Amino acid sequence: MAHAAASKEQYNYEIIRKFAIMSLVWGILGMSVGVYIALELAYPALNFDIPEITFGRLRPVHTTLVIFGFGGSALFATSYYVVQRTCQTRLFSDGLATFTFWGWQTIIAAGALSYMLGYSQGREYAEFEWPIDILIAVVWIAYLALYVQAIRQRSQPHIYVANWFYLGFILVTAILHIFNNLAMPVGLFTLKSYSAFSGVQDAMTQWWYGHNAVGFFLTAAFLGMMYYFVPKQAGRPVYSYRLSIIHFWALVFLYMWAGAHHLHWTALPDWTSTLAATFSIMLLLPSWGGMINGIMTLSGAWDKLRSDPIMLFMIAALSFYGMSTFEGPLMSLKSVNALSHYTDWTIGHVHSGALGWVALISFGSMYHLIPRLYGTKIYSLKLIYIHFWLATIGIVLYITSMWIAGIGQGLFLRAFDDFGNLKYSFIETVVFLHQPYVWRAIGGMFFVAGVIIMAYNIFRTISQAKREAAELEARIAAKMANA
Amino acid sequence: MADFLQWFTHMENSKVFALVLFFVVFCAILIYLYSSKNRSERLESYKNIPFEDEDHDEYTGSDDKVSKHE
Repeated sequence: MAHAAASKEQYNYEIIRKFAIMSLVWGILGMSVGVYIALELAYPALNFDIPEITFGRLRPVHTTLVIFGFGGSALFATSYYVVQRTCQTRLFSDGLATFTFWGWQTIIAAGALSYMLGYSQGREYAEFEWPIDILIAVVWIAYLALYVQAIRQRSQPHIYVANWFYLGFILVTAILHIFNNLAMPVGLFTLKSYSAFSGVQDAMTQWWYGHNAVGFFLTAAFLGMMYYFVPKQAGRPVYSYRLSIIHFWALVFLYMWAGAHHLHWTALPDWTSTLAATFSIMLLLPSWGGMINGIMTLSGAWDKLRSDPIMLFMIAALSFYGMSTFEGPLMSLKSVNALSHYTDWTIGHVHSGALGWVALISFGSMYHLIPRLYGTKIYSLKLIYIHFWLATIGIVLYITSMWIAGIGQGLFLRAFDDFGNLKYSFIETVVFLHQPYVWRAIGGMFFVAGVIIMAYNIFRTISQAKREAAELEARIAAKMANA
Repeated sequence: MADFLQWFTHMENSKVFALVLFFVVFCAILIYLYSSKNRSERLESYKNIPFEDEDHDEYTGSDDKVSKHE
């Protein structure tokens, strides 16, 4: 706690603590909702005919809580930590930082509530209605101002590469959010609005946003996390700094063009989706370059994997990053996409990235970060091991059941009989999906159980830090009294 | 300017232009990063920035000391 107190003057740690804790809160809520809607798909009776908790309304609640609540709060926390420590400067305004915290939490809560009440603009990962969109833009500009000012005030001549990734994420997310949500409100006192786009342009805009949200919010930003926390936890610098520079420029350039691969075989011009598939294949190179750079940071210190469960989280995250960035380009090929699209293979792919990469690197970084924020040691390394195995088993169950569901579903839907008629009816695919859906829900339960254990471990760590601080104060007071 | 924009709207021109432009930029980045020994050493020294602000080796004991800028 002494270090935390000393750092309090140099850095704004309070804002990082708040975001870190809320990241866990939203994580547990969002992932639990995910498990519930997975069960709803397997057992539709769980909809209970209550509109507010039906799959259609809870699905955006799940995605919003996990992507923006859990992931977003983790990114705010780690980016504020990384920019302050690598630039050796304090965020320029405590008030503005606090505004980003309360603003962001309000956005998440208001979004979740509005979806349950049936208000959604129906744009994937951007379901917020227009008043919330405006609040997002304001909070995001405050975030950008804090980040840019910290970099401008840096004591270092060079901007460390993790900050490049974070700044790229902040800038691009602002552009994506503003353009995807251009709309005219129906009235000043209504939540509904008309999109500025229509038809195929609307679809293109949505997937330009959607894929780059994956590319910049869920990839580039978490790579910023990786480039700071993996070297710190490993106790050795990143394998190649020059490779990290190539990784950054190649990734940010290539991702921008890939969105249209979500619209193969649609009204979108054929050349556009071919271009997107081409860029998706090229993306494999920077993605794997970055993965190799992260994993090779452990070169010469592989023994840490035997003794350090936090390192296990980080290396497993990089492995899943490699796997899902191989699967993505594969699925972007038109021939593969003809089978995989509109099936659960896509859901499996998203979750191998979201659970395997985003969540595991966040857990690893949080286990590194939180004890330092509170100036104490983690309460239990054993619980981190248990969390790691629960999470890994959960992910494997999830993605394998979705591979089976998706590929099976695709084959069912594309099968023809000798007369050229569809061989299977739609309901036959639904019957086939029941078993994989049950396994998917079980996988999700494993994952949520791991996060609950993490929350307990973190709660005990923070309690321990407070107890240590109280004991220290009592000792000092006793010493002063005796003197 | 208008002529160039007109020329650029033809796919047979813009595709080749974009390919050459992006390939040259990519090669330029590679040459910049790997051609000079001194520059390479300077760039690689930046990898130690996260270790220049040490104050908490005690928390997990996993932050080994790393040399400062080479």
